[in-house]
Amino acid sequence: MTKTTETTGYNERLEQKLAKIFAGGQQKYHEKMKESNKLFVRDRLKLLFDDEHYAEDGRFANVEAEDLPADGVVTAIGKVNGETVCVMANDSTVKAGSWGSRTVEKIIRIQETAEKMQVPMLYLVDSAGARITDQLDMFPNRRGAGKIFHNQVRMSGMVPQVCLLFGPSAAGGAYIPAFCDIVIMVDGNASMYLGSPRMAEKVIGEKVTLEEMGGARMHCTVSGVGDVLVATEEEAISEARRYLQNFPANFAIKPEKIEAKAAKAGRSLEAIIPENQNAPFDMYELIDQLVDEGSFFDIKKLFAGELITGIARIDGQVVGILANQPKVKGGVLFGDSADKGAKFINLCDAFSIPLLFLADVPGFMIGTKVERAGIIRHGAKFIAAMSSATVPKISVIVRKAYGAGLYAMAGPAFEPDVCIALPTAQIAVMGPEAAVNAVYSNKIEAIEDPKERLQYVQQKHQEYKEEIDIYRLASELIIDEIVAPHQLRSVLSQRLSFYETKDLPLPYRKHPIYPV
Amino acid sequence: MKELKASMAGTVLNVLAAEGEAVSAGQAVLTIESMKMEIPIEAEFGGKVEKIHVEVGGFVNEGDLLLTVGE
Repeated sequence: MTKTTETTGYNERLEQKLAKIFAGGQQKYHEKMKESNKLFVRDRLKLLFDDEHYAEDGRFANVEAEDLPADGVVTAIGKVNGETVCVMANDSTVKAGSWGSRTVEKIIRIQETAEKMQVPMLYLVDSAGARITDQLDMFPNRRGAGKIFHNQVRMSGMVPQVCLLFGPSAAGGAYIPAFCDIVIMVDGNASMYLGSPRMAEKVIGEKVTLEEMGGARMHCTVSGVGDVLVATEEEAISEARRYLQNFPANFAIKPEKIEAKAAKAGRSLEAIIPENQNAPFDMYELIDQLVDEGSFFDIKKLFAGELITGIARIDGQVVGILANQPKVKGGVLFGDSADKGAKFINLCDAFSIPLLFLADVPGFMIGTKVERAGIIRHGAKFIAAMSSATVPKISVIVRKAYGAGLYAMAGPAFEPDVCIALPTAQIAVMGPEAAVNAVYSNKIEAIEDPKERLQYVQQKHQEYKEEIDIYRLASELIIDEIVAPHQLRSVLSQRLSFYETKDLPLPYRKHPIYPV
Repeated sequence: MKELKASMAGTVLNVLAAEGEAVSAGQAVLTIESMKMEIPIEAEFGGKVEKIHVEVGGFVNEGDLLLTVGE
């Protein structure tokens, strides 16, 4: 019997084309991927989506070129945690994942789909950058690469945008991660840079390795462009899925409550918090006692560790936590921690995630080094972001909250829905030692007898402590509530549920002048 | 040989390691007092302390060399 029906012929042709597209680039590039523990783009997508199935647009892009399957990018729509998401994923087996005109058009179109459907947009990046030979078709035009970034900015705060960085993200392409809400980077493989080490050597004469200049670890610890450092691609994908569990599909929807879990077993808050205001302790241990076990998603864990920022659940309710970490740099706020706090607040506020501030802060850093680095304008970013957030804001004064540190951590003047103090709280312009020194230094120096001098100083410390006594502040209605540390978790859970309906109109104007 | 540098400006409150002593990554080797806080400085890497470059009571600025640690 002969196979002569036209239908069979059509289908065979289609299947041949599809087989070629699904195979990606040349075998040698697949092997190279394997050697560096990288997955093929379609295997990444199988891991990402719930049921390994997804709908793909522009699959036949550049099919006539024969050697450019899908034109080096897969653009797809599928389900993650049961919710629809849009994805663009570079195929680095095809011309190193570089962008031609159709690559760019596909990315723009999937972004437009995400915006129309009002669903999260994920960027799985592994790309050498522009195909310079194709530049006129993909770089400067109206629907060129610039449009990708324009779309990202437009969609920011509308739908969640997540970047998973598996390989390089070079030159202009490095702005894809920069405009995302969060960037997850694979240690050893992911990198971001505007100019490659080779270009740096040629243009400015610097000799540097890729890892030093733009490696995942550098970006997650030093530059702060990366948010989450992971060891493998599988981990990157599971972290992205875990992150998205906390978010609604778009800004108009509130995040869902999930099943409550108990906090991790551990020491009581009473045992964790040292009485001496100046002694360090580990704020992570305290957070563990407040949140549902295993729910804390740390953002920028390795960057500016003096401020912890992460999303968690308390009795199943989502909450964004900002907490000073006394163990790192004394919990003092720096320019980097201010940037970190500002971006985190913007993220939570955009997607209706209430904010919880856990204050134990000696203030913003002082000295020549930080002033020259512009700590005032960095601090202003943090305070502005906190001040303009309209989601429920709960401020907890754990221990000290001095100076502008109190302001940054949603102190009473910034309209937190409640300002709760633990009995260990101490609110003041500055700590007792610094304050007594500032006010009485002439008098102290004038006392010649050392014993008498010490007595005088101690007496002044005592008076100062009485003046800033937390019950006095509660009596003056500066703080709203004093809570026993072991009751804090249940108090927070209750408050979060009471504030669910918060609805604050935005001031009438175009937008503020952001202090950047 | 690796260098441990000050993460912030402050005064050296105490030195917890001695020259010639073996230290491990994460071990507190120094305390800096800054902004009235006691700030433990942990070794970022293990090795033998070759030289301590600061003394108790001295001021260190951010980025100043504190210790050199050998293999």
